[in-house]
Amino acid sequence: MTEQLFIELNFQAVVFLLIIGFIGGLVSGFIGSGGAFVLTPGMMSLGVPGLVAVASNICHKFPKALVGAIKRHKFGQVDVKLGLSMAVTASLGMWWGSNIQKSIKATYGEAGSNLYVSAAFVIVLTIVGLFVLRDAVRIYRSGDTSGEEEVGRLARWVQSVEIPGTMVTFHVAKTRVSFLFILPLGFATGLLASTIAVGGFVGVPGMMYVLGASSLVASATELVIAFVMGLGGTINFAMSGYVDIRLAMLILLASLFGIQLGAIGTTYVHPYMIKVVMATIMLIVAVSRAIVVPVYLAQLGYMALDAATADILKKVSFVFMVAALAAGALIIIGAMIRGHRRQATA
Amino acid sequence: MSTSAKPWGKLAYYGVGSFACYAALFMNEREVLATFTRTDGAYWLLPVIVAFVISYFHGGFTGCFWEVLGVQAKKPVPKAVEKEEIEE
Repeated sequence: MTEQLFIELNFQAVVFLLIIGFIGGLVSGFIGSGGAFVLTPGMMSLGVPGLVAVASNICHKFPKALVGAIKRHKFGQVDVKLGLSMAVTASLGMWWGSNIQKSIKATYGEAGSNLYVSAAFVIVLTIVGLFVLRDAVRIYRSGDTSGEEEVGRLARWVQSVEIPGTMVTFHVAKTRVSFLFILPLGFATGLLASTIAVGGFVGVPGMMYVLGASSLVASATELVIAFVMGLGGTINFAMSGYVDIRLAMLILLASLFGIQLGAIGTTYVHPYMIKVVMATIMLIVAVSRAIVVPVYLAQLGYMALDAATADILKKVSFVFMVAALAAGALIIIGAMIRGHRRQATA
Repeated sequence: MSTSAKPWGKLAYYGVGSFACYAALFMNEREVLATFTRTDGAYWLLPVIVAFVISYFHGGFTGCFWEVLGVQAKKPVPKAVEKEEIEE
């Protein structure tokens, strides 16, 4: 089993994992999630089987999220109660999502499963990404980029709904909502996590726009959710013997440098920059996944596509994914440098 | 960027711990992999325990690393928490 599932590590593979790990950590420390969508296919491109790549990625994710959550908790940005509430309901979503995945794979095979994952990426990330981007642009145009974020109309309505016996107060997130709103939100986060491995792309905007948490608190609280779900996922995969601890700890080696830096970065930037980074990554990743949709449609027999074109599309898609992460990292570093200069001149 | 004393002692403590963990892992790569992927008994606990131990040492090391370089959180940190309680 060991010889078939686990690759020999060479210098190039190690350097690749360290670089992607650092950038993924930086983005996670800043927006609460990110990196998994590049790390899993990245490991697979090194010859790691899909299941081992997913398992090893999730095994690096939970200690990374733990370190990030502790760091941002020191800055007063983590709502532990909200994170745990979301994590419990997200676990249900994750279980449901993995059953859907299994069912699609059994009916339509690997290509059908890949098409489902890509479609989920494109639809969800385009809709949510555009919504977050529109909000970031609105804040930028308002000229008040450094002030406290306004609670949106939907969140104000959610906060106004009183359902006796279900109301929960979240002090750090400064919101009081019915648990009946947390339930579907956490469920959707888990469902997305089991489908595209980045539940935070729904969880963070959900906490901001549905529950009324600020972007700082939502992105920091997402790390609690990622820790709980990552720990559960790791135990699940470890029981089947799929975790390559070498890969996981190599990625962790670099990602902890990144997550510390990303967390520190949140204290220097205007809060709306979290929305800018999140929207940028989501929209570029959506394009990346849209590029490979014809490949899976061809594999299912719905259209004709020669092997060379399919290979090019897959490579272009991966380049876009890496570009999404790199773009996010560049925006974060740029915003941190500007924020530091502002403080120095103040 | 920072005028406070650098945490060199903590950096050394966490750094040595982190280095020892990684050295033990990669110097016994094959044995570790073979043991950690066993599906009988409670061997599944090993990757989880190692991840926690490394996150303690390496998390502490990376935190001190940036601090020693002078990269620290802006002070005062933006107030995400307000002291007043939300009306129940």
